[in-house]
Amino acid sequence: MLLYIARRFFLMIVILFLVSIMVFGLINIIPGDPASLMLGQEATPQALASLRQNLGLNDPLYLQYIHWVGGVLQGNLGYSLSDHTPVLNILLSKIPVTLELTIFAFLLAVLIAVPAGIISAVHKGSVWDYVTTVFALSGVSIPAFWLGILLIYLLSLTLGWLPPSGYVAFAQNPVRNIILMIMPSIALGIRLSAQLTRMLRSSLLEVMQSDYIRTGYAKGLLEKAVVFKHALRNAMLPVLTVAGLELSSFLGGAVITETIFAVPGLGQLIVNAILTRDFPVVQGAILFMAFAVVIVNFLVDIAYSLLDPRISLGGASK
Amino acid sequence: MGEPQLQSETVNRVQINPLRKKRNKSYSKLMKNKLAVCGGIFVVLLVVLAVFAPLLAPFDPTKQNYGQILKPPSATHWFGTDTLGRDLLSRIIFGAQVSLKAGLISVGIALTIGIPLGMISGYFRGFWDEFIIMRVTDAMLAFPSLVLALTLAAVLGPSLNHAMIAIGLVFTPYFIRLARGEVLAQREREYVSAARASGLRNFSIMMRHVFPNILGPLIVQATLNVASAIIAEASLSYLGLGTQPPTPSWGAMLAEGQGYISQAPWISIFPGLFIFLAVISINVFGDGIHDWLDPKLK
Repeated sequence: MLLYIARRFFLMIVILFLVSIMVFGLINIIPGDPASLMLGQEATPQALASLRQNLGLNDPLYLQYIHWVGGVLQGNLGYSLSDHTPVLNILLSKIPVTLELTIFAFLLAVLIAVPAGIISAVHKGSVWDYVTTVFALSGVSIPAFWLGILLIYLLSLTLGWLPPSGYVAFAQNPVRNIILMIMPSIALGIRLSAQLTRMLRSSLLEVMQSDYIRTGYAKGLLEKAVVFKHALRNAMLPVLTVAGLELSSFLGGAVITETIFAVPGLGQLIVNAILTRDFPVVQGAILFMAFAVVIVNFLVDIAYSLLDPRISLGGASK
Repeated sequence: MGEPQLQSETVNRVQINPLRKKRNKSYSKLMKNKLAVCGGIFVVLLVVLAVFAPLLAPFDPTKQNYGQILKPPSATHWFGTDTLGRDLLSRIIFGAQVSLKAGLISVGIALTIGIPLGMISGYFRGFWDEFIIMRVTDAMLAFPSLVLALTLAAVLGPSLNHAMIAIGLVFTPYFIRLARGEVLAQREREYVSAARASGLRNFSIMMRHVFPNILGPLIVQATLNVASAIIAEASLSYLGLGTQPPTPSWGAMLAEGQGYISQAPWISIFPGLFIFLAVISINVFGDGIHDWLDPKLK
């Protein structure tokens, strides 16, 4: 087990290193001058020269990378081009907002997926099964931005139940915060809930064919006990792993959702930074997102191998 | 010279007939999957819309008509008009061209780069596979797809072509992984050993023997990724980094309509509905092909 964890940890370090090269390369290796990219076509030669000097763009590329990584390791992700605020400070102010949205959306996805998946699998072929299948199929196909606009039109403008957009910090006004988070959470969580429903249904159907489930029925256990005490526990394992691994697409979804609902999180930050060509902020934000995904994937791998020792044995032997 | 040829033709005919029968039976299995058939029909409809857009669209999609601004759906304008008085139905029909082009070309780029890399990685294994190709793939997969596509599109400059390149590059690691996995499963099979023993070169073995055997899963994945690419293009255009005005794009139309959602909801509803229908149709069609090609489900 320790060997497996050490191997995974080594791989994680290699991937983090490659991620850092890619993030650096995205802005620096592409054809053209990064300074003109950042300042735009109308920049004066003096402004360009000054920016090149400040960013160390006159140094060889490998030196630029070493300086940049050295800064990152010390928590210096550079400064925003728009207001010269340290990128790290900007990220630290946005991360809690995206984290809150992600948690709400995840909880909503699980709250929908678990009952829907169970009903669909236990009553296979019933009307509920068809309803769930249609929901799952639609959920994975609906674009988040269209769903967001439909929600605003229906729940806000037509029925007047919820405010259309905006954000208030939880500490400032918890009730208003939760009310404002409902629609963004639905828009972000519906895709994951559809995927989890599909996965839980197929996973549960597979587990229900197992010998120990048949034994459970044979010894006279009630269906409720068989499903909840025995089948669900095993069926949830792959579902939870997938849910953990979905963090990457969740963060991608947050970009769109936060833009539609004016939620000031990481996603909105990236879009605004891209549109205003504030590349140090873009670099810092995508580096943070990629690092978060790699580290969460590592933790999921370890947690899964602890729950199912066959994984680590298989992984170590490869 | 003629006789042996005739003989082999006869033998082939004898062998082909049962195969044809099997394929017909298999086709009927695909046709029985009603959801997949419905999806397939809508996909064909979309292709027809895209190809014959100039003939089918009732109005010029870029022609502004200030006397017809924000008109609701009517007999003249079935889907209403937008903020510049342009006919929404015509723009949606021409938007199908953009969406399908984006979906197919992006996936084409991903396939062109991903399949050779994945096949080489899986076939030869070793240092390049374990430490270079697969680790770079892992690193690329660490980035949220949309964020990476957004950044690439922003760096390359906002346009449909750049959006397609960005989406194609973002999808490439999925095909590298899939092709590699499939080749790993095939390389230990007896027919590969036999081909090696008969002295065939590695390149010939990969192209003539392994490639046809890994094509099924790749086709399914490519079909499903066309749907994802359509959403990705629409997302980039929605954020202003994809198709540029006045070219009609479903994502950009949706973004334009968002500001007028209370006065003219049709501007956002219809393009979104078409993105949804296109994606769900391709998804169910792809699922149908998957079930059709999966030997375990036969």
